[in-house]
Amino acid sequence: MSTQEGIRPAPVPLVLGGARGGPNVKTLRKDAWKRTPLFTAIYLAAFVIYATWAAFQNGNYYVGASAHRDLISPFYSPCIAASCSAGARGSFYLHWWTYSPAIVILIIPLGFRVTCYYYRKAYYRSFWLSPPACGVADSHAKYTGETRFPLILQNIHRYFFVLGLLLNIILTADAINAFRMPGDGGIGVSVGTLVLCVNAILLWAYSISCHACRHLCGGNVKQFSKHPIKYRFWKFVTPLNGRHMQLAWASLTFVALSDLYVRLVASGVFSDPKIF
Amino acid sequence: MAEVVMRIWRGDSDGGQFEEYPTEVYEGEVVLDVVHHVQAGPAPDLACRWNCKAGKCGSCSAEINGLPRLMCMTRMDTLPEGEPVTIAPMRTFPIIRDLVTDVSFNYEMARRLPPFAPREPDADGIYRMQQIDVERGQEFRKCIECFMCQDVCHVIRDHEENKTNYAGPRMFIRYMELESHPLDTNDRRELLRQEMGIGFCNITKCCTEVCPEHIKITDNAIIPLKERVVDASYDPISWLGRKITRRTKKSAAEAANYRTDPMMSKSQ
Repeated sequence: MSTQEGIRPAPVPLVLGGARGGPNVKTLRKDAWKRTPLFTAIYLAAFVIYATWAAFQNGNYYVGASAHRDLISPFYSPCIAASCSAGARGSFYLHWWTYSPAIVILIIPLGFRVTCYYYRKAYYRSFWLSPPACGVADSHAKYTGETRFPLILQNIHRYFFVLGLLLNIILTADAINAFRMPGDGGIGVSVGTLVLCVNAILLWAYSISCHACRHLCGGNVKQFSKHPIKYRFWKFVTPLNGRHMQLAWASLTFVALSDLYVRLVASGVFSDPKIF
Repeated sequence: MAEVVMRIWRGDSDGGQFEEYPTEVYEGEVVLDVVHHVQAGPAPDLACRWNCKAGKCGSCSAEINGLPRLMCMTRMDTLPEGEPVTIAPMRTFPIIRDLVTDVSFNYEMARRLPPFAPREPDADGIYRMQQIDVERGQEFRKCIECFMCQDVCHVIRDHEENKTNYAGPRMFIRYMELESHPLDTNDRRELLRQEMGIGFCNITKCCTEVCPEHIKITDNAIIPLKERVVDASYDPISWLGRKITRRTKKSAAEAANYRTDPMMSKSQ
């Protein structure tokens, strides 16, 4: 028997129960703890309602050559349905899908955000009430966390992260294409160009700050000194990871605003002002 | 000098109630000072743990106005003025008396944690590590074992039945410290998944919010551990990689019983 085994006490059975102190109330907090989960629930619900409405519109998502612009809503890019308008569609598309292309595309960002470690905190607190706030009782009698179906599927987050990166590449190409002013002097910058560029930057920042990214690009190694490149990536991603919550909200807000902007321009509410 | 009403839980395992103690408060005092005024005055039999009065011993954890905090680090002038200050014992652990709880659950979970299992030292008998290899774990060494993260975690706070197989945030930072240690040779991922309840955590970050040492428990320990468990158990590409490279992972039982004693093997 080794020395360590000799000094290590055997595990003892854990005695459960025992009277707890304090009153049997939901919480003793008297501050405004309801405010944050309530605000989060309203904001997320508003986004889901808007995104669902926008996804089923199947129109006004592209501003093309007739308006001397090349702007596509991030909800509809890449436009891979047979129903896509000619300018918005690339060479590859699903000829058998005749419904709104957004329904197919939004599966990726939806999956990425639903399984995101930050959003998990947000909706577990605000919708699941498990718990609604720190020091406030969980609203469920039984709790198994993420150990069983369906919540065990949260573990596929890294796959949605990779798919999300592919989508970011496409949205970045859209932002670059937005510098094109077809029939209006070649290249320029409009408000729509800036909107799509900021949207792409925020989506990249949100994706790269993701916890799965931090793990895959270096967090998974045991000895950084043996993986200097991974260490550099990890050191780059770690400060961004500290801002993941802020980036999650900013990118969520801006992707909806980008769709709204393109939608308003495409529907003729106002024209996209050219800056230079 | 001002006067404040302290509502303090008095009782033991047979029951209890809040009792109110109007007490004088002086400028710069913390909650523990005022509890001492109560002990020195109307309630000399009031039980409360304390030691260093500097936020380093982790003894005076309690729930102040419903949130776990160190009594010695909570200034009275940060609490709402003109309202009673409610002090209750930590809710998650069985009560002994008044503000004192039995935290032996944490010691048992610490006993179940497979200890540091270093590889053999270099040929000259020396262990060599670089700073970048150990800096992740250094954050976790700041833990003062106040157990407020364990107290606030709803997995056991609101579900007593989970205590049998949930290590809790304080132990998870120790697991992460060992899992990211450059010399450690054990693989505790299956143990974490099957017996230590890493999957119970739903990332609501209350442990991080209450940590008096500001350790980023969720971001730097629990989520990295969850991702390592995904590597071991839920990622088909990682599984394929292990098959191709013929790497194995330790079962929960192997990890729990794994020991190394390189100094002894050197001497043999």
